Amino acid sequence: MTPNAETALAEDTQAPVGPDGTRVRLRAEGVRLGYGERVVVDDLDLDVLQGTVTAVIGPNGCGKSTLLRALGRLLRPTRGHVLLDGRKIDEMPTKQVATVLGLLPQAPTAPEGLTVGDLVARGRHPHQAWYRQWSGDDEEAVAEALAWTGISDLAERPVDELSGGQRQRAWISMALAQGTDLLLLDEPTTFLDLAHQVEVLELVERLHEERGRTVVMVLHDLNLAARYADRLVAMKAGRIVAQGEPADVITEPLLREVFGLEAKVITDPVAGTPLVVPVGTR
Amino acid sequence: MTVGSAPVVPTAGGRGRARSKRSLRRRRLIGLGALLVLLVLAVLASIAFGTKVIPLSHVWSALVAPTGTEDDIVIRSLRVPRTVLGVLVGIALGLAGALIQGHTRNPLADPGLLGVNMGAAFFVVVGIYVFGVTTLFGYVWFAFAGAMVASVAVFLLGSAGGRGGPTPVSLALAGAALSFLLSGLVSAIILIDTDTLDAYRFWNVGSLAGRDTAVAGQVVWFIVIGVLIALATAPALNTLSLGEDVARSLGQSVRRTRVLGIVAITLLAGGATAACGPIGFVGLVVPHVVRAFTGPDYRWLLPASGLLGAVLLLTADVVGRLVARPGELQVGIVLALIGAPFFIALVRRRKLVTI
Repeated sequence: MTPNAETALAEDTQAPVGPDGTRVRLRAEGVRLGYGERVVVDDLDLDVLQGTVTAVIGPNGCGKSTLLRALGRLLRPTRGHVLLDGRKIDEMPTKQVATVLGLLPQAPTAPEGLTVGDLVARGRHPHQAWYRQWSGDDEEAVAEALAWTGISDLAERPVDELSGGQRQRAWISMALAQGTDLLLLDEPTTFLDLAHQVEVLELVERLHEERGRTVVMVLHDLNLAARYADRLVAMKAGRIVAQGEPADVITEPLLREVFGLEAKVITDPVAGTPLVVPVGTR
Repeated sequence: MTVGSAPVVPTAGGRGRARSKRSLRRRRLIGLGALLVLLVLAVLASIAFGTKVIPLSHVWSALVAPTGTEDDIVIRSLRVPRTVLGVLVGIALGLAGALIQGHTRNPLADPGLLGVNMGAAFFVVVGIYVFGVTTLFGYVWFAFAGAMVASVAVFLLGSAGGRGGPTPVSLALAGAALSFLLSGLVSAIILIDTDTLDAYRFWNVGSLAGRDTAVAGQVVWFIVIGVLIALATAPALNTLSLGEDVARSLGQSVRRTRVLGIVAITLLAGGATAACGPIGFVGLVVPHVVRAFTGPDYRWLLPASGLLGAVLLLTADVVGRLVARPGELQVGIVLALIGAPFFIALVRRRKLVTI
């Protein structure tokens, strides 16, 4: 997967520019999000900058996943807009969006018996049409996505027979085969043990470093978020309380305000990022 | 081995993948081939065997060189049309079953879930009671209109209040609610009027008997269009089987896929029910059997379900003609009697897949 047409397309458009001159890939402008009558997120602004890994953190029910769904055009804001490279995402053809932006929901399920290879192949859907079902490009993209996540050997195994960590790698492979340079991940480490959480986040780090992917992910673990993201967005009750580099966001007052948690913040002896040591909830 | 000219060795993974990909493909091709052979056998059996015993040599001459004998007439004007109708309706029911299970991701879904059967039944009863329709030919249009109206109503009810189209759960609930309502109305009418009851109960047992070529001619186009739409949506169903969120983020219009799916199911199940009355079981069981060799890929699952639906329906019809000589057992009854134990055995042998 060489730098592809999708990236070129993104550069053609009049994408807004952030404060330090970095291109804004995704922008939420005064969005109100909710389900039916219930408003979950109101009047929220957010810029996702090119080439960053952003982690959205916050307590359960604060609207993190709702925000991610809106950024991935799965949920239409009732007010405000989401802009992808400067264009209103709801007005773009959904298939065109799918060549630029990929999203993995939390704990996705595959039908029983579906092989890893077939799952990854379905990531090629946005590149296909009724007159062009399967091409050499598709074959190559799938083989490379499998190899890149180290699961080529599992290609013929049914997804439902894999371990949690392998399964998550298979789904990330699918998103990789989709070939989008923007990737939204909703709690990619759910249900994984610590080693596999780290494994998945290392994969995300490589996606960013080796593939130049821009990533937005919802994470629960603050220490892992601080280590693997270069920007944190802390949310509480549907609004953004703080955002910026991990060291600026993960502070003792913020933990108290957002999570109601008394904690000491020390320096992670391995990565030099903030490390949260909980004291208690009072 | 000479150093420096080492041949390019494909990676173990790549080679293994190529090999087992071929074996999966071979398994699917063999499965489809076997279904085609079975279908040919079922068609031949359906033409050769019936309540009237006709020697095979007469069967053959009736097909290639008819001379107007009684046997020729039985074969050409009864058994051949009946077989054609059986193939059509079997394909329609098998496909409709695979579609409804795919769209709802519910392995116990049946085409009747959309209210198609009760809609057809209600309109037939109204046709009999209010308009005095008594011919099978007349029932077809009432039944088809009823199937259409019911599934549109279920679709609208299921979409009401929701964002971005109906969900499988809201569809199933709306279908169940409407079916209960209509079945209450049907019961009310046939309790009031015994003549209607007499006419209705013959329609209500699904059967291929007594339908002439005109009936097949009436529904053939609905079924053909339904088959084409169904097969065209196979790749979309594959994507949808990963969940709506994944399908939408892969750039698929879930709403359009759902609408096309409901149109196809209505044409197929409505056409089948209009022609033969309600026939259960085929749509429920066929996709489960077929999945054993196709796996979850709808590009294979859909055609295979259609073929097996036809095989199953024709076989059950032939069995029904042979077991109750000189009378015959309606195909709907045969399917229920043989089918239910078979399905229980299937469920016990291998766990039903989650889809």
